Amino acid sequence: MSNKVIAGVAVAVNTEGFMTNPAEWTREIAVEVAKEEGIGELTENHWKVIDFCRSSAENGKSPTLRTITNGTGLTTKDLFALFPKGPAKKVARIAGLGKPEGCV
Amino acid sequence: MSNENRHIAFICSKGNLDMAYPALVMGWAALGNGIDVTIFFTFWGMDMIRKSRVDHLEIAPVANTSMKMSMMGIDTGNLGIPNIMGVIPGMTAFATNLMNDKMKKLGVPPVREYLQMLSDAGAKMYACKMSVDMFDLKQSDFIDGVDSIVTAGDFMDMTDGAQIIFI
Repeated sequence: MSNKVIAGVAVAVNTEGFMTNPAEWTREIAVEVAKEEGIGELTENHWKVIDFCRSSAENGKSPTLRTITNGTGLTTKDLFALFPKGPAKKVARIAGLGKPEGCV
Repeated sequence: MSNENRHIAFICSKGNLDMAYPALVMGWAALGNGIDVTIFFTFWGMDMIRKSRVDHLEIAPVANTSMKMSMMGIDTGNLGIPNIMGVIPGMTAFATNLMNDKMKKLGVPPVREYLQMLSDAGAKMYACKMSVDMFDLKQSDFIDGVDSIVTAGDFMDMTDGAQIIFI
């Protein structure tokens, strides 16, 4: 467990770099982390996913990809296009949550 | 990123319902983590991608030493379903329903839908040429998402450097 300064705020992160306290998250952090993950601009659909994850997170863990597609109405293709190369971890990082715990 | 070029290839050789899921679950997890996925379907594994078979995969209690009565809701500990009972007509359908129900309750999609998810997420899927010839099949017998029919040699070429899992 250590601290990392993102968007000017010191937040607690675990060894894999996931934030451990969802309450420390801000929208500015999301923009900053998205850039680190190679997503230059967060569009309306990106926010749709992020907001859904924030509102449906359990114990600070991000929902699974299938939960996200079911919950947002976006398709699997959309999700992988919005967050290319590993949406499960990318979404969790950007939304300031832990890795999803489910398998689907 | 350290797993930028990681690539996992699955060889699916079984057509039983229980043996269909490992590659689907692991493949989906891999894609979610940014790992490239290739799936090669061979022999009975082609049942997973055949239009006529994918919705009818089954699990048989006969000779399945892991299938215990407790799975049927009867708490008998390690007492298995006797093989003699397993051969009764309907037992395979019964066991299959049991598993499908469990999966549904856990929110796990059926095989056809799972394959669609994998395909949409970028997994490459291929049928084995020799098995296709043996079973007299053609590309149109397979569900959408199956890229093509390839030889074992092609598979070797396309999985250069990949981690390979045989199921």
